[in-house]
Amino acid sequence: MTIDHAHDTHHHEEGFFKKYFWSTDHKMIAKQYLFTGMFMGLMGGFFAYALRMQQAFPGKTVPLYGVVTPTLYNALATNHGTIMIFWFAMPVLIAAFGNYLIPLMIGVDDMVFPRINRLSYQVFLLSAIVLIASFFVPGGAFGGAWTAYPPLSANANYNLTPWGASLWLVAVALEFVAFLLGGINFITTFMNSRAPGMKMFDIPMVLWTIIIASILFMASVGPLIAGAIMLLFDQTMSIGFFDPAKGGDPVLWQHLFWFFGHPEVYVVLLPAMGIVAEVITVFARKKLFGYKTVFYTMVGTGALSFVVWAHHQFIAGIDPRMANLFTITTVLISIPIAEMCFVYIATLYKASIEFSTAMLFALAFLAEFFIGGVTGIFLGASGSDIYFHDTYFVVAHFHYTFVPIAIIGVMAGLYFWYPKMFGRMMDEKLGKIHFWGTVISFNCIFIPLFYTGAAGDQRRIYNYQNFPHTNTEFLSDLRTFATISMVSMLLFQIPFLYNFFVSMKKGKVAGKNPWKSNTLEWVADSPPPHGNFKELPEVYRPPYEYSVPGRAQDYWPQNEKA
Amino acid sequence: MSTAQPVATRRSVTGMSTGKLAVMWVIGSEIVIFGGILASYIMFRLQHDSWSHEAAHTNTVAGAVNTFVLLTSSLFIVLGHNAAENKDTKKAFKYIWLTILGALTFLVIKAFEWSGEISHGFTIKKSLFWSFYYTAAGVHAAHVIVGAIIMGIISLDVRKNKNLHRVELIGLYWHFVDIVWIFLFPLLYIAK
Amino acid sequence: MSTEAHGHSHAKHYVKIWAILLVLFLISITGPMIGIRVITLITAFGIAVVKALMVASEFMHLKFEKKFVTYMLLTMLFLMFLFFFAVAPDVMKTSGQNWVKIPMQEQPAATKGH
Repeated sequence: MTIDHAHDTHHHEEGFFKKYFWSTDHKMIAKQYLFTGMFMGLMGGFFAYALRMQQAFPGKTVPLYGVVTPTLYNALATNHGTIMIFWFAMPVLIAAFGNYLIPLMIGVDDMVFPRINRLSYQVFLLSAIVLIASFFVPGGAFGGAWTAYPPLSANANYNLTPWGASLWLVAVALEFVAFLLGGINFITTFMNSRAPGMKMFDIPMVLWTIIIASILFMASVGPLIAGAIMLLFDQTMSIGFFDPAKGGDPVLWQHLFWFFGHPEVYVVLLPAMGIVAEVITVFARKKLFGYKTVFYTMVGTGALSFVVWAHHQFIAGIDPRMANLFTITTVLISIPIAEMCFVYIATLYKASIEFSTAMLFALAFLAEFFIGGVTGIFLGASGSDIYFHDTYFVVAHFHYTFVPIAIIGVMAGLYFWYPKMFGRMMDEKLGKIHFWGTVISFNCIFIPLFYTGAAGDQRRIYNYQNFPHTNTEFLSDLRTFATISMVSMLLFQIPFLYNFFVSMKKGKVAGKNPWKSNTLEWVADSPPPHGNFKELPEVYRPPYEYSVPGRAQDYWPQNEKA
Repeated sequence: MSTAQPVATRRSVTGMSTGKLAVMWVIGSEIVIFGGILASYIMFRLQHDSWSHEAAHTNTVAGAVNTFVLLTSSLFIVLGHNAAENKDTKKAFKYIWLTILGALTFLVIKAFEWSGEISHGFTIKKSLFWSFYYTAAGVHAAHVIVGAIIMGIISLDVRKNKNLHRVELIGLYWHFVDIVWIFLFPLLYIAK
Repeated sequence: MSTEAHGHSHAKHYVKIWAILLVLFLISITGPMIGIRVITLITAFGIAVVKALMVASEFMHLKFEKKFVTYMLLTMLFLMFLFFFAVAPDVMKTSGQNWVKIPMQEQPAATKGH
């Protein structure tokens, strides 16, 4: 198995276009996903800036943007959500890290279907272009919220965006196609191409999380694809699958959407959890506390995530008996997640912790996600959800889950694997400025919003001055404070971007294994050449053998014999 | 674009070939896609008894002939796989094209059936039954078209004695398309 | 496929399966002609299940494949049923405490017409 002559043929220089846009190399495709995702993430952040400025200073001209009209406000809010989940969190967490890490960590030269992998990125890029294009069509971009509930989304007379709504739907559908292609590739590579000797429990946790996330995605997205076809027909031919006047049912769409939409939360959560597991074990120099516990709880989370979706619909008029069931399952699912958090904390117990930037981000993930999880209990219980539903409490809650996942978790992974991706170290000092700036501003945005939500701020309101109960000075101050914090959080990404791009050329050369880590990707050169390994590695032990008593080194690479 | 396969593709830890494993996952994801449409359809169907009047206007004969055509094409592709396994490329090529012929027959019958129904006023907007009828059968027909195109591509390889294992892979997909129709036929045509 | 040695015997087996499928298919279309609802349901859908199982196990070789493939496909099927049974109580409900779903307008002209 280890003897191969596949990468002898690759040593000719490729042209620029072929190297950067037509590559089948999994590392290049991962970087394509990473950079596209980062670009889209910045765009989503800019949208959030514009709409938060409107909330804090209604009707005023937003610097660098202009006046936010009500229609534009809806389009910005909708596309902020859509972009951050489908074009930032998913491509970076699953596609970029998955593409980069899976072949390296299982010790093989590439994905099993390199050309399908390339096609997956191209479809993804096309979907991003379609989404951006929807801002420039007559009527403007879709503004019916990222959940696209009919009848608002189904009828152009209501949403006023005849083109935008359909383009949005097409973009989302294309994005699903891209991730189905990628996901099948991931799962097959993971199942079939592991290094000799790598048994089920020798696989690094981050790969398990990415694979389970891919499976969750694949198993849950079907109904929404079906629903997207139906909604597209509703929009273009005014059929009425979701129109009660024609015999349809709008609640059906909500079910089709959330049957996918809730597992989707775990699709992005699990990879972040996996990244945190890798970072924590390396910088705590300790074995992961309870590898199998994490594995089984993760499978449990995945299974449970399929039976919680209707907690998004407690006030949509669903059957109260079903609401009871879904309350129980929703509260149940906090058990495995809490268990995973406790396992990570137990890993830290009596460890020699090195507070590198990656580690700080990993620890912040645990702390911040915990707040997100705990506030979720109020929303998962159908009784209190009736009050909290569609307020800023919900907004603050899911930002306390998604920001730790998509920003803090991603940053932990980026600081950790940057030396492998680009061959150089990132600057730690700038990294720490970035870390503290991001985390403190993030908390300053959303803690006030918990309060405004509980005080009655509804979501998707253009101007709170129009309502007496939200037009108080205190609430308005809180909103302004959140907006200023939001701007500060955006500004604190500048040191990161500077660090990220300058370190590529000027950072300290990393060497093969700067963090003294065990997993197989650190066996390859940094950055790994085409074909990854000079000689494909074999695996002799589990991935987290740190500080093993009686050894001179405190780490024990998976591929080292005896 | 490199012709050399990566080592990854040649490994087989599970004991299944990578191609087959991937096709099985594709089929798995397709089950939930069709599952979404069919589950929605059945909910409405159980709610509205009156839909049986609408279903009475479907062309059961055309549907039945199409079931026969797809079943037979399923036999052809599995015989093609059998021939490919015995390295009989000529026979495999013949069977693949017989399968494609089956797919084309299916589509031609479907085209006549639909144009007849549409000309009688049973368009996709007529009622929700017809919306589901055209949507479900249309998504299925799209799969038939895609399958036929992929089979055409594979047949060219087979003639050059390359990638013979792909006959089995497209076969798996084709059987799945057949199974979907096995359920669509009673759901849309027979249940009255 | 697991047994490669005796290839041609498979061809006969496949034709046999096809013949059985055809017989089942004929039953499934003659059954509903009797016009009794129960028989219609059993012949149309019961036989569809049998046919699907036969195609899956014989033509798709799931009989000989690794077990996890079957389990994976069954899980996907299970999700479909989960979706149906969790959503049907809502979608099939036509009235509640303060609301009534307006029943779908029958279009008598069209149903009588042809």
